[in-house]
Amino acid sequence: MEVLLGITGKDYTIIAASKAAMRGATILKASDDKTRALNKHSLMAFSGEAGDTVQFAEYIQANIQLYSMRNDTNLGPGAVASFVRGELAKALRSRKPYTVNLMLGGWDPITEKPSLYWADYLASLAKLPYAAHGYAQYYCLSILDKHHHPDIDFEQGMKILRMCTDELKRRLPIDFKGVFVKVVTKDGIREIKYEDDMPVKSA
Amino acid sequence: MVRYSLQSGWARLPGRICSRSCKTRLELYEITYPIGIPLTTPPGTCAVGVKGKDIVVLGCEKRSAMKLQDTRITPSKICLVDTHVSLAFAGLNADARILVDKARLEAQSHKLTVEDPVSIEYITKYVAGVQQKYTQSGGVRPFGISTLIVGFDPNDKTPRLYQTEPSGIYSAWKANAIGRSSKTVREFLERNHKADMDREETIKLTVKSLLEVVQTGAKNIEISVMAPGKPMEILPVEDIEKYVESINTEKQEEAATRRGGRTPGTGTAAILTRPADDGPSAS
Repeated sequence: MEVLLGITGKDYTIIAASKAAMRGATILKASDDKTRALNKHSLMAFSGEAGDTVQFAEYIQANIQLYSMRNDTNLGPGAVASFVRGELAKALRSRKPYTVNLMLGGWDPITEKPSLYWADYLASLAKLPYAAHGYAQYYCLSILDKHHHPDIDFEQGMKILRMCTDELKRRLPIDFKGVFVKVVTKDGIREIKYEDDMPVKSA
Repeated sequence: MVRYSLQSGWARLPGRICSRSCKTRLELYEITYPIGIPLTTPPGTCAVGVKGKDIVVLGCEKRSAMKLQDTRITPSKICLVDTHVSLAFAGLNADARILVDKARLEAQSHKLTVEDPVSIEYITKYVAGVQQKYTQSGGVRPFGISTLIVGFDPNDKTPRLYQTEPSGIYSAWKANAIGRSSKTVREFLERNHKADMDREETIKLTVKSLLEVVQTGAKNIEISVMAPGKPMEILPVEDIEKYVESINTEKQEEAATRRGGRTPGTGTAAILTRPADDGPSAS
């Protein structure tokens, strides 16, 4: 019941990831950050098998940063996504694959465009305007289909995100303890304060 | 690529270089290879490191470029090992590339395993360790470089400056120089280094010490500045020129006063110069 959401807009990409760390039916932690910054303009959110996720994310993070140090330039979001897919594909064909689902939010300083990549543990990769992982797909994609537009501004993006999280609160059978929201813009990655405590009436 | 455990494997040179008569490695290399690399002073241009109160500065002598050389994309002798660690070297550029790459890999690998970025001492010890290994393993030759490693430990405001040598020795300094005529520069630093220098003083001392051995002035000097929690800053040539100019005028004035009187033509510039922001005096 982990929630990952991604929305691109005019000049930003919003990534939202649920705060609950779960083991079976138990919530172990209600402030779990399922994101890692890869470089100045790339943010990766992850869900999946407990140990695999962080291990894989930090492994990717280390290699992306090593690339930046060695070559004095950051990899663009497209290149980051390709690299991540390659690593996932390699793992998939190994004796013990990573069961990790990913969402990569980025902003390309060269083309000056935001981007969002969706990847799952089978190493399929797709560049999308908006995306969701897991059960969140069932509830949010229809909302996003209806309300999303490529050049919405940041406030509108947040409004759509609010619609999504409200719907999830209303319909998901397990409490995901709210979401961490981060946004990638030309200035880098920043966290957005996101109000989680407001009650949502069920239908 | 960062892996979970790092494997060491280095290129083997052809042939055995181990001789049965137990000579030191140093002698062996000089006998076996035409380019004998002594384990003490490496050749190559000069590099200087100076610590200030809350800053550390690296300075490098740049080899004068050939007419058709593209200086813009020719690699620098000051490189970043991690965002908070920078390294300057003197000696064989090609060897440095390999050593710096190993250091960068270790920096990321360290972060991956223990979450914290490397401390300056740790990475220095690692670099020195690699250099030591290459004096003792078979089929490899030592790294022909000395390095100055500077930076700030994570969440710490104390500047750090270390030196490593081809033999694997490492040491901490307040200010030091390596490479060509490093002795002259070090002696200069010994005479002029003060405790708790501010940013301007530290940069000026670095430039001044390099000017002891660099004849061609600002265009052959490279300066990088590290401050706690900030990315490395490479000074633009214009800024270095300003330091060089002010040092030169200072020197001239000093020479003039030492001579007891001002010889015509030399001191005039100092008299006529007025700060640009000095407004007209009230009348």
